[in-house]
Amino acid sequence: MALTQSKLDATEARLAVLAPGGGAAWMQAARDDATSRLRAMGLPGARDEYWKYTSPASLIAPVAPKAALFASDNVPLFDQIDRLKIVFVDGVFDADASDDLTLAGIEIDRLEAAAAADIHWAKDLYGVLETRGQSPVQRPLAALNTGFATDGITIRVTGKAAKPVSLIYQHKSESSDAILHHVIRVEEGAELTLLENGPAAARFNKVLEVDVADRARFNHIRAQGRDHERQAVTHIFARLGTESQFKSFTLTVNGKLTRNEAVIELTGDDASAHVAGAAVGDGDFHHDDTVFITHDALNCESRQVFKKVLRNGATGVFQGKILVKDGAQKTDGYQISQSLLLDGDSQFLAKPELEIYADDVICSHGSTSGAIDEEALFYLRSRGVPEGPATDLLVLAFLAEAIDEIADPTIADDILARLEGWLIRRRG
Amino acid sequence: MLNINNLHVKLEEEDKQILKGVNLEVATGQVHAIMGPNGSGKSTLSYVLSGKDGYEVTDGSATLDGEDILDMEPEERAAAGLFLAFQYPVEIPGVGNMTFLRTAVNSQRKARGQDEMSAADFLKLIRAKAKDLKIDAEMLKRPVNVGFSGGEKKRNEILQMAMLEPKMCILDETDSGLDVDAMKLVSEGVNALRDAGRSFLVITHYQRLLDHIKPDVVHIMADGRIVKTGGPELALEVETNGYADILAEVA
Ligand SMILES: Nc1ncnc2c1ncn2[C@@H]1O[C@H](COP(=O)(O)OP(=O)(O)OP(=O)(O)O)[C@@H](O)[C@H]1O
Ligand SMILES: [Mg+2]
Repeated sequence: MALTQSKLDATEARLAVLAPGGGAAWMQAARDDATSRLRAMGLPGARDEYWKYTSPASLIAPVAPKAALFASDNVPLFDQIDRLKIVFVDGVFDADASDDLTLAGIEIDRLEAAAAADIHWAKDLYGVLETRGQSPVQRPLAALNTGFATDGITIRVTGKAAKPVSLIYQHKSESSDAILHHVIRVEEGAELTLLENGPAAARFNKVLEVDVADRARFNHIRAQGRDHERQAVTHIFARLGTESQFKSFTLTVNGKLTRNEAVIELTGDDASAHVAGAAVGDGDFHHDDTVFITHDALNCESRQVFKKVLRNGATGVFQGKILVKDGAQKTDGYQISQSLLLDGDSQFLAKPELEIYADDVICSHGSTSGAIDEEALFYLRSRGVPEGPATDLLVLAFLAEAIDEIADPTIADDILARLEGWLIRRRG
Repeated sequence: MLNINNLHVKLEEEDKQILKGVNLEVATGQVHAIMGPNGSGKSTLSYVLSGKDGYEVTDGSATLDGEDILDMEPEERAAAGLFLAFQYPVEIPGVGNMTFLRTAVNSQRKARGQDEMSAADFLKLIRAKAKDLKIDAEMLKRPVNVGFSGGEKKRNEILQMAMLEPKMCILDETDSGLDVDAMKLVSEGVNALRDAGRSFLVITHYQRLLDHIKPDVVHIMADGRIVKTGGPELALEVETNGYADILAEVA
């Protein structure tokens, strides 16, 4: 189908301000391919079905809207954890602030270095998982990322990583526009915990491609930073081998615009994929979780758990799909998306979908949107808990199912404490 | 202790008068029982006293130790020493029983200007009290009332009462749903709390509970009023004859 003139114009206007990235022949080929795929599909527009609930305008604009910096007096998340730190400032790798990129059981390169090498393992993944994730739904901003990513990291894990790898995204310029692309391969039986936190830039486009080989484990926890005016579109493309495990949790506190897409393909038998998110927002907060999980093997399990707390006119979006392909018998799929609306101005837009072509599967999904339970609130207050803290208890209880998806109890407690802090600050 | 004077209450949402001039005085250290036909307004009275939304006081007053409680927030009434054991305890998924109780105990202490109870002291106390009520540790870890049987919920109410040590305890049909042994346990729990400085208002349909928790005064409520007040013998009369005679007599 030919693109509309407005789409063509928007796409060319965006491409006009992007600089071609460098790299060896394989990288050039991947970038060229992505750029031509992007030209063929065009950047998302307001009329696109997949962008019905979230306006892509500021994500596709040639120039990123400015975003004020946020000064927090909190200790950064994950600070208490022994980890290998990799710092990006406004989307640029900062070698001085980062740890040495060596760790037993892991091979880490800056994307630039990987791209310059004539032979590099990332060749088989860079843009490859992204391309797989373009069907049946197009994700043009991810293709744009593959074509024009300016930095990123490649991680290959061959054993059990001695400690988590922590990507820290600092935002120091009000007008930064960052495009980062990371590629991760967790080899057979290997294990990695990836932490990500920080607002990254005024506008952030990030792609994470993760190949989880047979019996490998990938555990991902991210927090998106509290700079309210920032805009972010992120994609995770994951491919899961036999008996592998994938777990991803995202905390989002504030943010004028966030669109987090997770595209996960279960390709080996007995694999398991969990994606979860807790998002809390106030005012002109707009948060979109778009998830697509494909079951293409036997006896796999997947879970999507997304909870949003919205107040003061905030908007939450969930588009989640479980696709069970023909032959993916014994699939166990679960999806829940819920919002807690703390006032009548906030809204939650949800599109949960199941598409099943196998007959021996268990799939369930549910989506709800509701206010604080008045009966429960009164019960708590009648025991002496004041209205504010009682409401907080109920909000945290609402988020519990998503928080439970965090494997590490220390991190879970820390995240809970931060959510509580957010609630307390809102009460003033 | 508790003084209710000519209390008139209607529903906020609709024009329906439920309490039509309740007069009741519970002296310090006393146990009063309220009996009365279904729908006569007993639970409504207990809710209005504890501050639930949805009711409008159109006339009358209620004071606790001379303090007007009707203008207070529910949590202020609780901190002032009022406690309601709910007829239907509420399930709160995601909030652990322990967390809930510790937050409640410490909120009340804070409101009264006392120091918070340490986690260790709290744990010791709750273990002892739970044991008395045969509530096992596993139940304490579960979310508030979620998956509890009817009787377990009622025992949990009494556990909360024992932990919070209120001075005015209102028990709304705490006996319903209890088996014979649980009834004894709960009554023992209540009796253990009886003391010269503490009063009880026990709402019940059955004399049976009053065999265990001996009331000083029994009231009969009908159609939004206390229509008759007497001694423990009044409960026995209801048990044998029902309400017909009493209602006819006061009509
Ligand atoms: N929120 C409400 N909405 C509508 N009607 C109500 C509401 N609350 C109470 N009522 C009505 O008020 C009357 C008194 O109810 P209440 O629950 O106080 O009775 P009760 O004496 O406790 O009865 P029971 O012995 O069955 O527990 C009933 O007719 C009830 O239907
Ligand atoms: Mg009742």
